Order: sequence, then C-alpha cells, then structure tokens
Amino acid sequence: MPGTYTPVGYLPVLIFLIIALGFGLGSLLFGYILRPRRPYDEKLSTYESGMVPEGEPRQKFSVQYYIIAILFVVFDVEAVFLYPWAVSFDKIGLYAFIEMILFIVVLVIGYIYAWRKDAFLWD
Amino acid sequence: MIPETAMFGIPQWLWTIAVIIVKIAIVLGGVMLHVAYATYFERKVIGRMQNRLGPMVVGPYGILQPIADGIKSFFKEDIIPTNADKPIFFMAPILGLMAALSSLAVVPFFNGFVVANINIGLLFLFAMSSLAVYGVILGGWSSNSKYSFLGALRASAQVISYEVPLGLSLVGVMLMAGSLNITDIVNAQSRYPGGMYITAQWLGFFVFVVSAIAETNRSPFDLPEAETELIAGFFTEYSGMRFALFFMAEYTGMIIMCSIAVLCFLGGWTLPPFVLKLMPFLGAVPGVVWFAMKLYVCIFFYYWIRATLPRYRYDQLMSIGWKVLIPLALVNIVITSLIKMLVHPTGTP
Repeated sequence: MPGTYTPVGYLPVLIFLIIALGFGLGSLLFGYILRPRRPYDEKLSTYESGMVPEGEPRQKFSVQYYIIAILFVVFDVEAVFLYPWAVSFDKIGLYAFIEMILFIVVLVIGYIYAWRKDAFLWD
Repeated sequence: MIPETAMFGIPQWLWTIAVIIVKIAIVLGGVMLHVAYATYFERKVIGRMQNRLGPMVVGPYGILQPIADGIKSFFKEDIIPTNADKPIFFMAPILGLMAALSSLAVVPFFNGFVVANINIGLLFLFAMSSLAVYGVILGGWSSNSKYSFLGALRASAQVISYEVPLGLSLVGVMLMAGSLNITDIVNAQSRYPGGMYITAQWLGFFVFVVSAIAETNRSPFDLPEAETELIAGFFTEYSGMRFALFFMAEYTGMIIMCSIAVLCFLGGWTLPPFVLKLMPFLGAVPGVVWFAMKLYVCIFFYYWIRATLPRYRYDQLMSIGWKVLIPLALVNIVITSLIKMLVHPTGTP
C-alpha cells in the first residue's frame, strides 16, 4: 500500500548521523573550553605566505569546471541507471542485455561527441 | 527479534535504540582508533621508505604519537580569518566529517555485524561520498583566501570526475553478486569458485583503485592540497580542532574506500573456498581478523603509492579520469554481462 511504508531499516543511519554531528560539535566545544584565545589583526588576516593579501580572493575561474559538472550529471545518472539493471540481470536475461547495450551505445555516441568538442581538454 | 514484552521495565523501542547506539559506539570508537593509528602507520611506512625512522620520541618507537597529536589539537588556538563567511566556515568541517562517518553505518566488519543492514548499501556509500564534496567546497569558499578557493575548485572537479568511474567500476561486482547489499556481496563471493571477485573483475578493480585514490584526494592525485603550490588547499585557513576534523574526515574516507575494496573485490571477512579446503584450521580464525589484515594491506598500498609516485598535473589527472578510466569501466561492464549472458543464457535466478 502506498504511504504506509516506514523505512525502519534506515533508523540506525539517522541515529548515526545525529551521533556524528554530536561528535563533531562535542570535540569543537571541548576544544573551545581548553584552547587559548589571543587574536590580533595580523593573525586573523588571510594567509598569503606572509604577504599582505592583495586583490579579490574569489576570482573568475575557467568555464571548464562548469562543463565537467554538466558531464558529471549525465554520467552519474547513467551509473545509477546501471545499478538496478545489474542487480536484476539474472531475472530479465537476454532482453535486459540487449537493452543495456543500446543504452550504452547511445551514451558512447554522446561521449565521443564531447571528446571531439574538446570537453575533456584542459590548458 | 526481541519479544514484545518489556525487558527490565524498559519499553521495546527504547531497547532497540539502545542496541543501535551501542553498536554505533563500538564502530565509531574502533574506527577513530584506527584513524589515529593510520596516521602513525603512514609516517612510519613513509619514513622507512625514505630511509628515516619516522616518529620515535613519544613512547617506545613513537607509539603514543597519534594520542599526543590528538590532545595537542584540542589546545591549539582557533583562528577564524576576518573576511571569512563565519556560519559556513563553522559548518564545513562538521558537514565533511558527518558525511564520512555516516558511511560507516553500512560497512559490515564481519558476518552479521553492521549498524544498518540496508539493501542498497553500495548506493548509500556513493551518496555519502558525493556529499563529502560539500564540506570541501563550502570550507574552501567561505575561507575567503586564494589558496582555499583554488583548492576547493580543483577538489570539487576532481571528486565529481572520479565519482563516475568509481560508480561504474562496481557495476561488474553487482552483476556477479546480483545485489547491492554489502553482506550479500561478500557471501556471494564465498560461494564463488575463485573466492574473490578480483580474479574475474581485475579490470574493475584497477579502475576502482585509481579512482578511489583520486576520490580521497591522496597522492599522486593530491592536487587539491598540493603543498608546493596551494599550501594546504581548501583547509589552508583552518586551524586547531577544525583542522583536525577535516583531517579525520580524510582518513575516514580512506578507510572506507579500503573497506569497499576489501568487501567487494577481496572477499571481505571470508577466505576463498580452495584455501579453506587446503588448510581447514584457518576457518577457526574470526572473520574480523581477515578483514583487518586485508584492510591494512590496502592502506599500506595507499602509502606505498604515495612514497613512490610523483604528483600528476591537473590536465593529466582529468584526462586519465575521463579518457581512460570511464571507457575501461564501460568495457568491463559489457564483458562481464556478456560472459554472464553466455554462462546463464536463460536467465536463471
């Protein structure tokens, strides 16, 4: 029945997340009690190998990073589509095999296109 | 299951939660100890490979060094740069550590001992290793420093690039085991005549090892924290306990990658059937011992590579990921499914 499934198996994961959060916060709090605090301007300035920081730290960056991010979405979704196929391969047999070869062929065409357009090229 | 009647007057749901918390405490305590001693092991191994002794001062053979380092990080002043974006700066190391630690929830250390035995274990591990990139990006961006910013950019592009071959390299294992549950994968390996999936999935294992090293930002792919060009990359501005949290997240990530390698390719806590037939007395050794031994072999391999290979250039790193590893992983998937198709043509479960 829809709406009646409670993911009980994931309760330990939730508790683990809470404990991990508590571990991080707790060790920071413990350090907060113990550590010294003697700040002054030079100490708090941005580290630039001993120089006075110059210019904006958040500069323009290469468009290549965006292209990689877009390609990542395509290929990671592909990988996730392959997971249920791999798990149920035994049950579906030849039909699944041919379907997935077609799927991979379509992706490889896109992959070759991206390669020819120099999407993987860094300079 | 535990009977419905309350034990010692404690309601049953509270009892279940208490058992979970005890299990988590054991896992967390054990892994934190191993994280601490992984740093010691690293310094010793690399010291020996460079003809040095490594840490020798604190305790006999420097055995107490990681404990001294841990205590020291509590006493170090916490420096927050004036221009930093404070809430995000606070949040980033905790987020990174949470993502790394919660992956441990689905890692079985020996038969039946796992915090959350969920049927999509491997998928959960990938989801968490993708989340770890947020700690890196937010930490680097909020520091408002050039080194941190460049380190965060490099790290995020590198991690997402290697996420793809990492995910694809394990599809072969899933095909052979027919499951995403890690305990099932290990049990399927112990029934497999080769004993370990590495015998059939050596191509997948190669892709996995290279991408795992890149995914955890370790040498020779440690571009995001390349100390000769970027000081310390995305955590340049972090100090004291916050730095220690990032450090713990990195080493926990490394231990998790080694665990996946052991569980999916090296047979986990089991021994290959032919070895057991030859030397049946080895079956008496508890599984966790085999697991730990295989894990430390993998960790040693990490250090060995770090001590041996020089760092790659960024364009080389990206072209290895996209032009070599992804095609290799796809070829591995096609070959594995083809062989499986020919062995079981009718689709027997």
